Amino acid sequence: MPGLSEAFGLALGLVLAGDAALTRIVALSLRVSLTAVLVAAALGLPLGALLAVARFPGRQTVIVALNALMGLPPVVAGLLIYLLLSRSGPLGSWGLLFTPTAMVVAQAVLITPIVAALARQVLESMWEDYAEQLRSLGSSALRAVPTLLWDGRIALLTVLLAGFGRASAEVGAVMIVGGNIEGFTRVMTTAIALETSKGDLPLALALGMVLMAIVLTVNAAAQLLREWAARRLG
Amino acid sequence: MHGLPSPLPLSVQGLGFTAGGVRVLDGVTFALRDGPPCLVVGPNGSGKSTLLRLLHGLLRPTEGAVRWSAPARQAMLFQRPVMLRRSVGDNLAHALSLAGIGRDERPARIAAALDAVGLPHLHDRPARRLSGGEQQRVALARAIALHPAILFLDEPSASLDPAATRAVEEIVAGIAARGTKVVMTTHDLHQARRLAGEVLMLHRGRVAEHAPAAEFFTCPRSPEAQAFLRGDILE
Repeated sequence: MPGLSEAFGLALGLVLAGDAALTRIVALSLRVSLTAVLVAAALGLPLGALLAVARFPGRQTVIVALNALMGLPPVVAGLLIYLLLSRSGPLGSWGLLFTPTAMVVAQAVLITPIVAALARQVLESMWEDYAEQLRSLGSSALRAVPTLLWDGRIALLTVLLAGFGRASAEVGAVMIVGGNIEGFTRVMTTAIALETSKGDLPLALALGMVLMAIVLTVNAAAQLLREWAARRLG
Repeated sequence: MHGLPSPLPLSVQGLGFTAGGVRVLDGVTFALRDGPPCLVVGPNGSGKSTLLRLLHGLLRPTEGAVRWSAPARQAMLFQRPVMLRRSVGDNLAHALSLAGIGRDERPARIAAALDAVGLPHLHDRPARRLSGGEQQRVALARAIALHPAILFLDEPSASLDPAATRAVEEIVAGIAARGTKVVMTTHDLHQARRLAGEVLMLHRGRVAEHAPAAEFFTCPRSPEAQAFLRGDILE
């Protein structure tokens, strides 16, 4: 096993040289996690908005369940998707197990509750401010959903970034349903886990650097966006 | 001005409202006719805001009824204006869209309404970034753009400085002069004197007096109104 400083040097070299294997892994990670975020946005944002404005029996239960699902352990999500998609499972005939699609599904399952629950919180406090005025102008609760989604766009974008952060950093779910197949379903987190256990620290460290850089960039972007929006939109 | 059957007189009969076991309004009966502004006065907690919300339809009465003579195009201005996170023009456009006003008609209505409140230059500014006084004037423009037959205002200048209050009062007087029935709450008797054509005084959720302004301020009949005008504390 090389020394730590040597490993760092090699890792930096891989990143700077744009190593082909490294690039492929990073690209797949981004593709899987961004797609999962799109799916989670399409499902979670309207769900969160509806829960924010609608009043129906059982609403509180749904909210509690959603909040609990925010803490769903990735390996459990992975296991459930695995059981669904495995050859003997109910969706086994789709042949999705150990494909990037299965990884997208797993991450989407993981972060849709996060997006929905956070969106619900953001939009419900907005609705408290807006409800009387919007109803006075003739808006029904349902009609208020697009109004709230658009008015909360900046806060909701940071909600999606939080979802992206969670999706791109998790390892358990994609490991189980993707299988960490080289060149096909190997993403940053599963590669780091594998290379570390094999003792190939330079590649693990290089991937770790890229992952950190992505997460930091995303968070910095979220912060800048919030500040810009506060100045521009109030 | 509107070319539609007038929703007035508005007849309110035996109106009662209970919230959380508290009787906010009780047996409120009066009629509102076309004419100069009706100022709803009374001490804090007398039920002024609740009455406005019941008339506007934001609350359902526990007892009694609010009867319009014809369907009423109405708008309401709140103490704290709620502006959407978009430009002034888009805020007005959103209200017009909810009112079912077609896209082609909106720009002219928006321009006229912003002219009426003296803020045409703020059309493209983010509404939330304006001062409280400017936001209240934009809220007035939003109401004006709807061409309401009735405009309810709930303490519209309670959180404004004197200059902004004057601006709001001038705009409200202008709206009334153009034929919209103005119904406005205030706890400020001076403001009521400046604007009122008629006064409806509430006390403990009941109508203490409903009279033309000249009469109310010179020879009030009810003991509550007499005490209120003297500046006594009414409980």
